[in-house]
Amino acid sequence: MAKTRKRRRKPAAAPRRPIAGSARLARLPPRQALDLRRCKLFLLREARLLDDGKFDDWLELFAPEAWYWVPSEPGQADRFETVSLINDDRRLLETRVRRLASPRMYSQEPRSRTSRIVANVTIEEATASACTVRSKFLMIEYRREQQRIFAGTALHGLVRAGTGIMIAWKRVDLVNCDAPLDGITIPF
Amino acid sequence: MQSMDNLASLVQPARVHRSVYSDPAIFELELQRIFGTAWIYVGHESQVKNPGDYFATFIGRKPVVLVRDAGGEIRVIHNQCAHRGSLVVANDKGNADEFQCCYHGWTYHLDGRLKAVPLQYGYPRDFDPANPKTAMTQVPRVKSYRGFVFASEAADGPSLEEFLGHMTTSFDDMIDRAPGGEIEIAGGVFKHAYDGNWKIYLENLCDAAHPIFTHRSSIEAAQQQSDEVYSDGSGEIAIRQMRQNGAPYSFWETQVGIWTYPNGHSYLGDYHDDSKLVAALKDPVFREYIAALEKSKGKDETRRILEVRRWNSNIYPNLSFMSQFQQLRVVHPISVNRTIVSTYNFRLKGAPEQMFRNTISFANIVNGTGSLVLTDDLEIYNRIRMGLSSEGAEWIEIGRGLQSDLPDAHGGRRGQNSTSEVYIRNMLQAWLGYMTNGHAEMRAAS
Repeated sequence: MAKTRKRRRKPAAAPRRPIAGSARLARLPPRQALDLRRCKLFLLREARLLDDGKFDDWLELFAPEAWYWVPSEPGQADRFETVSLINDDRRLLETRVRRLASPRMYSQEPRSRTSRIVANVTIEEATASACTVRSKFLMIEYRREQQRIFAGTALHGLVRAGTGIMIAWKRVDLVNCDAPLDGITIPF
Repeated sequence: MQSMDNLASLVQPARVHRSVYSDPAIFELELQRIFGTAWIYVGHESQVKNPGDYFATFIGRKPVVLVRDAGGEIRVIHNQCAHRGSLVVANDKGNADEFQCCYHGWTYHLDGRLKAVPLQYGYPRDFDPANPKTAMTQVPRVKSYRGFVFASEAADGPSLEEFLGHMTTSFDDMIDRAPGGEIEIAGGVFKHAYDGNWKIYLENLCDAAHPIFTHRSSIEAAQQQSDEVYSDGSGEIAIRQMRQNGAPYSFWETQVGIWTYPNGHSYLGDYHDDSKLVAALKDPVFREYIAALEKSKGKDETRRILEVRRWNSNIYPNLSFMSQFQQLRVVHPISVNRTIVSTYNFRLKGAPEQMFRNTISFANIVNGTGSLVLTDDLEIYNRIRMGLSSEGAEWIEIGRGLQSDLPDAHGGRRGQNSTSEVYIRNMLQAWLGYMTNGHAEMRAAS
């Protein structure tokens, strides 16, 4: 019996560099709408990749012109004329993820461990091929005898890309975005 | 509590005792003898443009309010009610006609004088709301250097200009760079925090020997980054900065310099010329900026301005700013092992709008809490605290460059090259002056 059953293939380790933006993950059957269930599964998958430290795979969820934004102010209107905890275009996001793989990233020596809960998922706006998904998240980060809690709202601009879903943009509003904070190294 | 004799022995020509960074009693003394006497940077006039505008901050650990009063005067008043001592101003910033304590309704004029007290008849017979001592008390000396507001808790002492000395040229440089002749704080604030002593932060700002090591992960990631990948422009300056951090030691040893001045001040110079960081000569925005500068200041003056290339200018004990990239950081000591740094950006009036966007992008990478660079610095500050908690090594070395430092034409002392620790010795010389003589040593470090 075991012989007839096809072994589930583990995704191959992502090449370290260059990091290409392909929609390898979160494959959907053709013509599947971006419905709530699909979007929710996508967010859970994203959270899992981050908790598992699979940052290369996480990066592949992002579209080639995507941006990733963590504002420094509640309700911040603009990501270019006010400072941000993180404001990465695709090029900088790639650099960020490549650094996370470095054994010389001293702010990750020792490494953080994280655990995330994603909930309250709603679709705020939708067209046939794109939607804005709002969710709440709670992330516990443990590193060197200290545990930090991050909580907030995530907005994902999701798009259909071939047979999958990709992130066109992502905004993370932390409840404590304007608090004095020690370094943030693990993306939300 | 340390005796004066002990304090004097803690700083030696090429080494400093670890307790300077780790002893809570010394920290308490620093609040009195340094933050309680020196000129402390409080804020910028552009944060309080109109009467009633206020900005709440700290001098050392004391909450204060920077406010423009009804007559347009800049004041710095203690953020404490004269009645029961409650914090009066609870918001970071805003505009008010008066300040009112939410406990019993004592109300104050914008300059801190008491305006009204409810239930006035019930207080002791000698209670007089007109007594100037019954007020949100003003910090004795408040002075602005071209918009940068400093305050001193000491009623007497050197004037602000004497205190700043040659470092006024760094403030001038920031203002000179504005084609419209004015600068303003804009673009929000970052607050980063670490579990470590406040001096460690200042002592890293001109450390030219650390980037190639501490920032290796971001240097390598940026060097490997393809420029072909899509960018909306926000990440570009960050990647350039990270690559520049990877300059070899030979660059730091021959092209970059470190200058120090009395009272603990210093700056690192000649790190970046504009072509290295913003690709200025090819950048249409920068060309537009140069044209605007030339129009208002003339070609010669524009050339002079752009050839001033200062990285961090440090005004001991609580300010560091970067005139070339319009950044400013304020160091807030919280406890011996806790520090918060607030960082701001300036907009150059008359410069193209895109210049300010570059300033913001630059801030995100050099001062951002999620920066690929600063996070490794914060890690170092935390590790220094962990290391210095041990008596294993009593003394810290600060002697690099001691034999080769040179006098400077403006009364200071400079390193033969940028990797000299002369600026750390200079800060500790000032520290020793404040801690043992009541004022900073009025000579540069040897």
